[in-house]
Amino acid sequence: MTVIEEPGAPILIPTRDEAKIARRERLRLLFRSPTFVIGLVILGFWVVCAIFGTQIAPQNPQADDILNKLAPPSGDHLFGTDRLGRDVLSRVIVGAREILIMAPLATLLGTILGTAIGLATGYYRGFADEASMRLVDALLSVPVIITALLAIVALGPTRITIILVIALVFGMIITKTVRAAVLSERELDYVQAARLRNERGPYIMVAEILPNVTGPIIVEFTVRLGYAIFTIATLAFLGFGADPSIPDWGTDISEHYPFISAGVWWAVLFASLAIASLIVAINLIADAIAQTFER
Amino acid sequence: MTTSEPALQLQDLEVVYRVRGIDRPVLRGLSFTIEKGESYGLVGESGCGKTTAAFAVMRYLARNGRVVSGSIRADGADLLGMGEAEVRRLRASTLSMVYQDPGAALNPSIRVGHQIAEVFQLMGVAKDEAFARAREILRKVQISDPAGVMRRYPHQLSGGTQQRVVIAMALASAPTLLILDEPTTGLDATVEAEVLDLVAALRQEFGTSVLFISHNLGVIRRMCERVGVLYAGRLVEEGGAETVFAEPRHPYTVGLLRCIPKGGLRKDRDRLDTIPGYLPQLGAPLPGCVFADRCGLAKEICHTDEPPFHPIGGGHFSRCHFHDKAAELPRATSPTPVMASRSSDGMPVVRLEHASKTFSHEGNQVRALVNVDLAIGAGETVGLVGESGCGKTTLARVLLGLTAPDDGSTVELAGERLAPRIVKRTPEQVRALQTVFQNPDSALNRRSSVRRIIGRALTKLVGVRGEKREERLREIASSVRFDERLLSARPVQLSGGLKQRVAIGRAFAGEPRVVVCDEPTSALDVSVQAAILNLLADLQEAEGVTYLFISHDLGVVRYLSDRIAVLYLGRLQEVGAAEAVFNAPHHPYTEALLSAVPTLEGEERPRIKLEGEIPSAADPPNGCVFHTRCPRYLGAICEEQEPPLAEVEPGHFMRCHIPVEELRRLQAEPPPPRALAQPKTTS
Repeated sequence: MTVIEEPGAPILIPTRDEAKIARRERLRLLFRSPTFVIGLVILGFWVVCAIFGTQIAPQNPQADDILNKLAPPSGDHLFGTDRLGRDVLSRVIVGAREILIMAPLATLLGTILGTAIGLATGYYRGFADEASMRLVDALLSVPVIITALLAIVALGPTRITIILVIALVFGMIITKTVRAAVLSERELDYVQAARLRNERGPYIMVAEILPNVTGPIIVEFTVRLGYAIFTIATLAFLGFGADPSIPDWGTDISEHYPFISAGVWWAVLFASLAIASLIVAINLIADAIAQTFER
Repeated sequence: MTTSEPALQLQDLEVVYRVRGIDRPVLRGLSFTIEKGESYGLVGESGCGKTTAAFAVMRYLARNGRVVSGSIRADGADLLGMGEAEVRRLRASTLSMVYQDPGAALNPSIRVGHQIAEVFQLMGVAKDEAFARAREILRKVQISDPAGVMRRYPHQLSGGTQQRVVIAMALASAPTLLILDEPTTGLDATVEAEVLDLVAALRQEFGTSVLFISHNLGVIRRMCERVGVLYAGRLVEEGGAETVFAEPRHPYTVGLLRCIPKGGLRKDRDRLDTIPGYLPQLGAPLPGCVFADRCGLAKEICHTDEPPFHPIGGGHFSRCHFHDKAAELPRATSPTPVMASRSSDGMPVVRLEHASKTFSHEGNQVRALVNVDLAIGAGETVGLVGESGCGKTTLARVLLGLTAPDDGSTVELAGERLAPRIVKRTPEQVRALQTVFQNPDSALNRRSSVRRIIGRALTKLVGVRGEKREERLREIASSVRFDERLLSARPVQLSGGLKQRVAIGRAFAGEPRVVVCDEPTSALDVSVQAAILNLLADLQEAEGVTYLFISHDLGVVRYLSDRIAVLYLGRLQEVGAAEAVFNAPHHPYTEALLSAVPTLEGEERPRIKLEGEIPSAADPPNGCVFHTRCPRYLGAICEEQEPPLAEVEPGHFMRCHIPVEELRRLQAEPPPPRALAQPKTTS
């Protein structure tokens, strides 16, 4: 081979992997964003409650106290007691567990499902893509609560049913987002370059395209997580909670809202605040993440 | 307003961008003056501050940009001292700017007529009157059907027409200064020529002063009286355009001119020179001459003392301590070519026969490729030229198996018929045909390291793994002159030239027999382009690979190609040895393409104007598809019969009714005015 002179060029040698630097930079930006930090603190609080709830709770959330029914907030019961005389504060703390297990699980399943379908339909296009998109449209035209109620009536009000229904419906929404991102990625030449070295479809989807669409997927996950919490709480409120024996915010609200007119506000208010704060926290986090990905 | 004031005067302009809390100088004491009615060109590679200068004049600097010192006077008025309202008034009356991408400058959701009329309405003209004036100004920019164009939305117009509309809007306020920032960069050479002609004609008519910004030296040479060469934010040379390009007195200008494959340079005779090193980092301290680090003439003093702007005489200045020696700048590459010219003998390595491709688009049959026969010999380079939309890329994709051709098409590799789709081809065949894409940003996965990009190709195409793979990887990196310490970098960390080297390395990983190069240098600066072209020539010599080289830059194609094929509306119009195609007699379409390119030598070959737009491939003209625009239109026969691709000289094929001797005679003299040859019907 001929010797060819190379123009003596000073080249900047990266000392670290640029991707790590970029990731660290993104995290740094996130932690500098007040909305993210506030959201994280609130979420962290509820996660601690979910994990150590029974240890933290001042009283047994299940212990009836017939003599102290519907007692207003006081030194003994900071948030008052409910219709069976159970401590509301303890029930709110322990109630975090149920929703913080079901919602992330349902959202995670939905994200996996949506990512898989979105990648495949976006990459292969064609008839299957058209058909599945119309199916998705049809499914999404019905409010998620109605779909969930139908499924619960048909399959029984178990945790699995609720998780699967939410995962399915949210999976369809995420499919559309992922598919849109894949449609623009697949036009890029690196996908053609992969085909030119005999790569098969699944490899191109997972190893080439997927790393480039993680941003929208993460954003979608956080946004859907907020909706999942809301949906699960709504189902519980409507009386379709998974297990009535477990402390649950939605169930507690539904059991006590008839008492509001009698001046018993505490049993409903604190559970509602708990739901609201959790959803707000997750939306704050979702917004902050979406902003760093938009940069 | 006094007439003695220059149209624009920049004095010691210093502009900084604030990045991560530090002010980084972008323009360093920029001074130049544009007299009334004068056309001034600003040239330099990307990142040298051309657009920043234009934005500073328009007071459009980005939010982190700031003028630190100096002054800008437009028509005598101090621009920097003005309030926002005054600046807006000035932009409406005195200054106008035309941006690079006409598609982005027009609002896609408003009809063109409304957008132009709005300019007049802002000047206080009543609505009906504004529309009438809009029609008139469109006629001024040589749009033949102003009413029709005004009814359309921007996306319904071709790139050339869009740019005319933008120019029309810029001229609507009859500005004293028109700033054109790369106005023809995204356009075809033929369209570029039309737009340039238009600007020249309008300048005559309106007496507008022009600041013309371009990286294309040929365009500046044609359009401007005076030129300033910008490097790292500093004007390094200034003078009459002809003088500067004929007798450059700054090493940077000298180097830049040597990078360009011009005036019949060929890979087997001449090696392109390059400029070593890179543009200094944004805001780097440059105590001496800004170019010293890359200059072959630099001495001690160049690194410490900023050279003055030496007058050379006749308004020619050079910011170089050794300006009298600039022409002796040592070459960065050895002048001897490594390339032996190759001729296509023996069996062709790839062969297309009756290759056609029809796309269905909204119920129309669009024939992107029609009966193309092309054979490429081993080790040969065939250049493929034509305007955008002529089927160049479709041809490449058919060859690569990324697009299946119509039934009846034959694609052969070394005598073996290839399956239409890549998934049906054998691993050996896939490996043999590789490509270098136009845009490395799109072609390299931004989430993969260079090691993975090339390594994966090695694993899949060659089947090597582990230590063996790492070894091959380093060999490839060294053969494309890519520093192996950068193998773990990702594409974003690399410059455009380095990215293209990675893409070339990937294409060569499987030791291909044929590499399709689809505009591999069009996204690069000229000095980087020269290095990449040298690399491609070296690799061809070392590996004996065959190239199908697609480019709209005829100088580049001529430099690298042994043979050239000219496509128009998916049909081959001319095929022959590079020099035969570039020298008369050639097909009238080739002739028009060649005459559209502004040359650095400024040789005034008779300009042949291609009128009208490329006909739609969904509804091609009858007979010879080129007859609607042909400058040598013969008569009814052109509209009735498609001429065959006939061999007019040994190895030189042409699709034209005019006998070759007649063409030779005709092309020795300027063409007749098009009006005489106007076909009866135009749709």
